[in-house]
Amino acid sequence: MAEKVLMKGNEALAEAAIVAGCRHYFGYPITPQTEVAAYMAKRMPKIGGTFLQAESEIAAINMVLGASAAGVRSMTSSSSPGISLKSEGISYMAGCDLPAVIVNVERGGPGLGGIQPSQSDYYQATKGGGHGDYHLIVLAPASVQEMFSMTIKGFDLADKYRMPLMILTDGTIGQMMEPVSIDQVQVNTYEKPWAACGRGNRDHRNIVNSLSLNAPELEQWNFDRYKRYEIVKKEEVMYEEFMMEDAEICVVAFGIASRVSKNAIVEARKNGIKVGMIRPITLWPFPEEALKKAAEKVKSFISVELSMGQMIDDIKLAINCSKPVTLCNRTGGVIMSPQEVYEAIEKAAK
Amino acid sequence: MEPKRITILAGHYGSGKTNVAVNYAVWQKNQGYNVEIFDMDIVNPYFRTLDGKDILDRYNIPLVASSFANSNVDTPAMNPQAYAMIHDKEKNAVVDVGGDDRGALALGRFEKDILKENNYDMLLVVNKYRFETKTIEGLIEIMTEIEQACGIKFTGIVNDSNLGRETTKETILNSIKFVNEFSKVTGLDVKFTCAREDLYDELKDEIKNLIPIEVIHYGDWC
Repeated sequence: MAEKVLMKGNEALAEAAIVAGCRHYFGYPITPQTEVAAYMAKRMPKIGGTFLQAESEIAAINMVLGASAAGVRSMTSSSSPGISLKSEGISYMAGCDLPAVIVNVERGGPGLGGIQPSQSDYYQATKGGGHGDYHLIVLAPASVQEMFSMTIKGFDLADKYRMPLMILTDGTIGQMMEPVSIDQVQVNTYEKPWAACGRGNRDHRNIVNSLSLNAPELEQWNFDRYKRYEIVKKEEVMYEEFMMEDAEICVVAFGIASRVSKNAIVEARKNGIKVGMIRPITLWPFPEEALKKAAEKVKSFISVELSMGQMIDDIKLAINCSKPVTLCNRTGGVIMSPQEVYEAIEKAAK
Repeated sequence: MEPKRITILAGHYGSGKTNVAVNYAVWQKNQGYNVEIFDMDIVNPYFRTLDGKDILDRYNIPLVASSFANSNVDTPAMNPQAYAMIHDKEKNAVVDVGGDDRGALALGRFEKDILKENNYDMLLVVNKYRFETKTIEGLIEIMTEIEQACGIKFTGIVNDSNLGRETTKETILNSIKFVNEFSKVTGLDVKFTCAREDLYDELKDEIKNLIPIEVIHYGDWC
């Protein structure tokens, strides 16, 4: 095995994009994701790629749209307020069936909010953000190693299903440093016969477009797109189970909150509380089946998240409200302590 | 290992400058020097010198940091008290510079004063396990960029090679050849090497000028 290197989350994510074959990055600075842009600015010219700091987030996402329509792997990254600005472009990309990786290193909101870590863009990432009927595949890494592996996986899934995909992470995972192994990476590539990159010998022009002048036609496009979403829901759900074998309480947490939760769960186990965790890695598609199965065994669920309670809705839907679901949360840039999660577990155990 | 009045710690971001700065200030204090620490990082919003405040307080080492540090104010601001490091010649200063050339730019404000007094060391903090500085060329590139940004030349090297919590005795021992080679190429001496405090005793006879590092606790996420 190759020697490990020490990387910052944002840096691991940027390098992974390059390993995945992304040579077109368009961005705009915002804390706490700026290292992604800074890394790309330095690396892209050395490998014949394009780094462009756009005049705004809106410009950047539309450059991603253009590059993707031409058939190349492209990426943009931002943090919460910047993602709101990109939402129109993201909706257009979904409507055009264009793949790309969009990174949100979340910070506290709403509005300008703050620069400290948050998970309060869960709704925005999983329930739209932009207008219209669409979904993004949403991946939630929980370590610097996963920032690397999920970004490579992200480019793969985006191309495979012709969907824009979001890496939803937070300021802590973006900024933290951990050892990473970056060897033995498998990168899949896909033919893109739909790409608008010149007619060549084709007998028709390729047009990439989200506009339809005919309502039943647009409806059919949406039906077709949702058929593809059903395949994604069937094939691509990812989650991790932690100490769930005999668990009576199930913590559900992703990203940084799952790491705090793990510490609390280990402590609770020492005191004889049978608690485990399901960590969604794909937030869309959400691991509904895993939760439904857990609901047959556990007494209750705790949603641990850095928001006022957003993922908790998906937990309730997944288990059809068959068991109580409580919330353990902090928001606005504050991370809960393992002690706070422990107390929530203790309360649920009573 | 007589310290100069001002010790500037600069280098690639994530090389461990803040942990080195805090623990080097502690080391100076333990040697009987009157030392103060200056946070000159106006780039990085997270993981700052202020996070080491409990360690610094324990040793009674004053910290001069931006009053916006660790707040939601994302402004590249320096504390006006930073000028004390130039004017207060009774005290030693340890200066924690922001990462890369972007971080070193702020130090340029003090270039003339530092060069005029000429009682300083500017040490390049090296972590051989950082992705962009695992080659001699990568290190030289970043070193040159930093020197150009602040207008001050490096006078030595700190070997802070580590893999975070996965650091072992071997992690540090395996870095020595690389750092010595870099020292030969650049003509800069290795002023000291760092070892997490639990590895210090095992290594202190094998590595000269070794300094123990009490790692700053940033959060409960492991």
